[in-house]
Amino acid sequence: MAVPRALLGLRLAAWSLALYPAAELAWRLTHAALGPNPVEFLERYTGLWSLRLLLVALAMTPLRRFTGRVEFVQIRRLLGLWAFAWICVHFAVFLTFDLEWSPAKLVEEVAERTYITLGFTGWLLLLPLAITSTRGWQRRLGRRWKSLHRLVWPAVWLGGLHFLWLVKSDHREPLAYLAITALVLLLRAPWPLRGRKADPGKRLPA
Amino acid sequence: MLIRIPPPHPIRSSEITPERVHDDRRRLVAQLGLSAVALVTGCGRSDDAQAERPQASTEIAATDSASTVAPAAGSEGRAALNVAKRSELAGGETLTPFMDVSTYNNYYEFGTSKDQPARNAHTLKTRPWMVTVDGECESPGQLGIEDLVNASTLEERVYRFRCVEAWSMVVPWVGIALSDVLARFKPTSKAKYVAFETFYDRQQMPLGRWAGFELPYVEGLRIDEAMHPLTLLTVGMYGRVLPNQNGAPLRLVVPWKYGYKSIKSIVRVRFVEKEPPTTWNILQPEEYGFYSNVNPAVSHPRWSQSGERRLGELFKRKTLLYNGYTEVASLYTGMDPVKFH
Repeated sequence: MAVPRALLGLRLAAWSLALYPAAELAWRLTHAALGPNPVEFLERYTGLWSLRLLLVALAMTPLRRFTGRVEFVQIRRLLGLWAFAWICVHFAVFLTFDLEWSPAKLVEEVAERTYITLGFTGWLLLLPLAITSTRGWQRRLGRRWKSLHRLVWPAVWLGGLHFLWLVKSDHREPLAYLAITALVLLLRAPWPLRGRKADPGKRLPA
Repeated sequence: MLIRIPPPHPIRSSEITPERVHDDRRRLVAQLGLSAVALVTGCGRSDDAQAERPQASTEIAATDSASTVAPAAGSEGRAALNVAKRSELAGGETLTPFMDVSTYNNYYEFGTSKDQPARNAHTLKTRPWMVTVDGECESPGQLGIEDLVNASTLEERVYRFRCVEAWSMVVPWVGIALSDVLARFKPTSKAKYVAFETFYDRQQMPLGRWAGFELPYVEGLRIDEAMHPLTLLTVGMYGRVLPNQNGAPLRLVVPWKYGYKSIKSIVRVRFVEKEPPTTWNILQPEEYGFYSNVNPAVSHPRWSQSGERRLGELFKRKTLLYNGYTEVASLYTGMDPVKFH
C-alpha cells in the first residue's frame, strides 16, 4: 500500500530536521568552524538540538488536535527517537572529553553538580522509552505503555532545567525553552475544542 | 617560583602569517584532520605527568604551531607596542593563537555568548581614556592611557589564563606591574584593599542590560595581591594594543586567580579599607568568592575545578594550584581555601 502523500511529506520533513544537525556539524568539522573550544561547542550544540527535537516531537499531539491530521502523530516516534539519539551524542561527547569514560568521575559529577544531576536523570528517564518504542513493546505493555511514556514530560522539564542551571547569568535562552515546554504542555491539556470532537485520536497513545 | 626564560620569543614579525594566508582555511582543515586522528588514537590527551610540572619544560613549543598558523596571526592593524622586557612565565607552553584569544571572550557588556564581544565591542571608544585613582592615598589623581601605553617600561609576560568555566589559554600580555602604578598615588596604611571598576555606558554597551547583573562591573584585590609583582596592569597582547573585546584599553591580569578577577576596561581604581564588593560574588556568593584563587581542590557547584581544557585541545589537563604560580602561596598562609574561596 502506498504511503499517503501527506505522511510522506511529513516524514521527509522530520528526517530532514533530525539530520540537519549532523549536516551542519559535518560542514563545520570540515571547514574548521567549530570555534576556539570545539568540545564546548559540540556539547552546547547537541544539547540544544536534542531539546528542540524533543519539543517538536511533543508538539505533534497538539498539532494533531488542532488540525485533525493523524499524520502528525505518525511521525512522533521518529522525532522522539532522534531526539534521544542526539541526547546520547551529547552525553557521549561529555563522557569522552570531560570524563574520559571514568565511572568515578561520572559519579562525582552527577552527585556534585546540580545541572548534571538534572541532565543525567532526564537521560535515564528517556532510556526505557527509547527501548519500549517498538510496536512489540507497545503491544506487550498495553495500557501501561501510555503511562510509561508520560515520563517524557519530566524528562523534557529536566532537560530545560539542566540548561537553565548551567547558565551563569542572562537566563533568557533557557527560559525561552522552558516557556515553550509549558506552552506545548498547555496545548495538549484536555480542554474542549470548539466545533470538533475533543479527542479525535483517542485510540492513539499520548 | 619565578622561572624566567629569556627569548627566543615565539612571535617574530617574520613569523606573522599574512591575513591572506591565514584565511586559507585548508591549513586549518589539515590541522583539524590531525586532531581527528588524535581523537581516535588518544594522542591529543594531555599527559598528566606533564601537566603537573609544566614549569620544568623549557622548550618554546610555539614554534610548532607557528609552522601552520602564527600565534599572532590576525592581530595586524592594531598599534604595535614597544616592549622593553619579555618574560616567559607559562613554562614554555604553546601560545594560544591570537584568533582564539580574541574571539572567545566573556565580556557581558557586549553580549553573554563567547563570540558576541568580538562582534560587538567595536562600539567602545577607547580614546581618550582617563582612569580615576582615589580613596585611601596621599596623591589621588588621574591616569591617562597614553602615559601607560607609551611607558618605556612596558613588559611582555606570557601567562596561563584560567577561566572558572574550566577552559584556559596561554597569552603574551603587555603591561606594567600594577604595583609600580599604584605606588605613584602613595596609598596610606588604611589602604587594605583596592577596588576596580569597569567603564559602563548604555550607548556604547547596549547589550549590557542583558548581562544579568548590575553594571558597572566591579572587582577587587587585597592590597598585597594588588602589589604582588605578578599582577599586571595590561594594555596589550601579542605585541599590540588590546582588542576591545579583551578589555581595551586597560585591564588587569591576575594569573593565579580565575579570569573574572582580571577586570576589563578599567576607569576607576580606589584604595579602600574594607573588602570591596565584586560583581560575581554579589550575584552568587557561594560560587564566586572574593579571593577566587585557582584551586583544583576547591569544588565548584557548576564546574569541577580539578581539570581544565586549554583552547585548542580536546581533552582536559590537570589544573594547578594557583594556576601554577605557587609563589603567591605565602599571601594566603593560614587561610582556609574553602572558607576564603
